[in-house]
Amino acid sequence: MSKLTLDDLRKMRESLKIDMDKRDSQQDTRIVVGMGTCGIAAGAKKTLNAFIDELNKRNLKNIAVKQTGCMGNCNVEPTVEIFMPDMPTTLYGNVTEDTARKIIQKHIIDKALLDDHIQDKPSIDIVKH
Amino acid sequence: MPYKHYILICSGTACESSRSREIHDHFMKEIKDHQLENDVQVVKTGCFGFCEQGPIVKVLPDNAFYVRLKPEDVREIIEENIIKGRMVKRLLYNPKDDKGRHPMTDVANIDFYQKQFRIVLRNCGVIDPEKIDEYIARDGYKALEKVLFEMTPDQVIEEVTKSGLRGRGGAGFPTGMKWSFTKKAPSDIKYIVCNADEGDPGAYMDRSTLEGDPHSILEAMTIAGYAVNANKGFIYIRAEYPLAIERLNIAIAQARDYGLLGENLLGSSFSFDIEIRLGAGAFVCGEETALLASLEGERGMPRPRPPFPAVKGLWGKPTVINNVETWANIPVIILRGAAWFAKIGTEKSKGTKVFALTGKINNSGLIEVPMGTTLREIIFDIGGGIKDGKQFKAAQTGGPSGGVIPAQFLDTPIDYDNLIAIGSMMGSGGMIVMDEDDCIVDITKFYLQFSVDESCGKCAPCRIGGYQLLHLLEKITNGNGSMDHLDKLSRISQAMQKASLCGLGQTASNPVLSTMKYFTEEYTEHIQNHKCRAHKCSHLLKFDILIEKCIKCGLCAKACPVGAISGDREKGYLIDHTKCIKCGLCFERCKFKAITRG
Ligand SMILES: Cc1cc2nc3c(=O)[nH]c(=O)nc-3n(C[C@H](O)[C@H](O)[C@H](O)COP(=O)(O)O)c2cc1C
Ligand code: SF4
Repeated sequence: MSKLTLDDLRKMRESLKIDMDKRDSQQDTRIVVGMGTCGIAAGAKKTLNAFIDELNKRNLKNIAVKQTGCMGNCNVEPTVEIFMPDMPTTLYGNVTEDTARKIIQKHIIDKALLDDHIQDKPSIDIVKH
Repeated sequence: MPYKHYILICSGTACESSRSREIHDHFMKEIKDHQLENDVQVVKTGCFGFCEQGPIVKVLPDNAFYVRLKPEDVREIIEENIIKGRMVKRLLYNPKDDKGRHPMTDVANIDFYQKQFRIVLRNCGVIDPEKIDEYIARDGYKALEKVLFEMTPDQVIEEVTKSGLRGRGGAGFPTGMKWSFTKKAPSDIKYIVCNADEGDPGAYMDRSTLEGDPHSILEAMTIAGYAVNANKGFIYIRAEYPLAIERLNIAIAQARDYGLLGENLLGSSFSFDIEIRLGAGAFVCGEETALLASLEGERGMPRPRPPFPAVKGLWGKPTVINNVETWANIPVIILRGAAWFAKIGTEKSKGTKVFALTGKINNSGLIEVPMGTTLREIIFDIGGGIKDGKQFKAAQTGGPSGGVIPAQFLDTPIDYDNLIAIGSMMGSGGMIVMDEDDCIVDITKFYLQFSVDESCGKCAPCRIGGYQLLHLLEKITNGNGSMDHLDKLSRISQAMQKASLCGLGQTASNPVLSTMKYFTEEYTEHIQNHKCRAHKCSHLLKFDILIEKCIKCGLCAKACPVGAISGDREKGYLIDHTKCIKCGLCFERCKFKAITRG
């Protein structure tokens, strides 16, 4: 990649923002796994793989599985946030491999929330407000 | 077809005990009565915090947050909120006056109940830390753009000064002032350093920030480079943080690739680059002068200050050294402006503080709150209260350099100055919650042992003083203490504070002084009555069998690993105190509470 100029960076940010807004208006389904040291120690890598495996098995396309840093809910790691059309964005805690597969069935396919795992997002997003 | 509404019922232990099950059943019944089964899903969730206000129910997608619900309120929620789409105001959480700490309570549509406010952690858990594009899309490197093309170096420093930002690495020194010292120091070479050594036991704020949002640190260091005219930065990070190091390496490579690090950033005349240096994990290497020595390849031992690193630092050159969390605030201050930032927090402590909340707390984790938030809000509203419904005893802040905050200060707004005034300190942000089962003398011994292990040994007050303090505490917890030890403890402590060379020795005795002040009774109990009320100091324990309760089952004798319990099922059993190693196995095993622990 050649070095950016000020103009390049500004243009790039604008177009990335448009992509991001599209994503946030929830036209795509995204599964985001918290992969900080704490999450990984609690098994987040296995959880991530379980999501990918289950999506493959069921031949579900157009669902992105992504990683992010620590969301701060260390007592309920691994944590996973699900973004999808027609459903409230949901943060799940204690997502083991087994729970990951249940989330695909119940949340993604049946469009219902899963009992006992929902956590509260800790605060508003200052970048957006 | 998805549901139209979701009713989330908090099923944390505290809410369960305050009738959340009954509420759940009422919702199910009302939903059935109103034939809403296909429109509404009732879901049990993990703990929302706010346990003192339970039972708690949240309705989505409206985001209505109802507290202190009674079963008889359920029908109203169904008929008003679910059917007519009008929230039931009477039952909504009512934000107490947050004393202006929170600048966003006037923004429409925010979740008022949330006590946390994320500046430092704004991107953690939101972006993929390995993708620079995601950082850029969330206004990343926009602050750098702004300083390079719209601000002079002096304006940058003035903005940081006006924001009131103070160092988050422990001492709370005003960041803008530090930068201006380096700016003014005449030298053609200057350095920027990020202190990512994070050595306090129980603290992991910096690690999480680096792992979750590495670019924010790179951007901030570059901004400081521009402000003080430095072209080179170093991140000193402990080798025990492999994931943070990996993500930093990826971030640096991406930033170089985009021309956000390197020569002539974004086509300007300013050049800046950053390198990573690994530390071996000695606590004292977090102290700034020891850190610089270690960076230079010397043994990590502190040097006398002054001269301060800001004027004479790395290889003798003026050096700005700031903590990870301090850095993470900088881009936001530049973008939002000092005035916005200065609205958050208390008079002398601006912005937020990240705490790693651990110990006997239900929701342990990483939290970020406006300065001035009280301990009660942190522990009970965010932390979900003490585990197993036990009594709060104290919170430890400031790690081995800090002290304890006992229950009487639960409502003190937490900021730099208030914590110092009550004998603790902010430190880097570890917060360990203790309950009635923790022995205060034992905890103090733990912190002191840490400081003694980590002392570099360069100066006598710390090297010898720390050891002597530890020795005295051991005597007290072993049952060999005497009352004049208390006086000795405080005299040695004060000497260490005054005579030690660096912060480690100067503050190592803080846990001793603070606990002796607030928990004198517990110290005297150990010394005079040979009693440890938390049953932690095993030397002071004594186990006996209560003949009237004993049914002579013999389980205790089987459980004892050293054969200290003799007898048989006819005559009954007896504990031989000379053989007993106070492990407590018999006490745990006896179903009839026939063994006493004193
Ligand atoms: C024994 C000792 C250990 C320290 N450890 C750390 C540390 O791990 N991380 C840190 O940022 N500051 C640590 N400090 C504070 C640094 O000396 C220095 O004050 C800080 O890096 C300055 O940055 P700030 O102004 O952004 O807080 C330590 C100080 C002492 C005395
Ligand atoms: S106070 Fe302790 S750690 Fe600091 S220089 Fe002296 S011996 Fe070393």
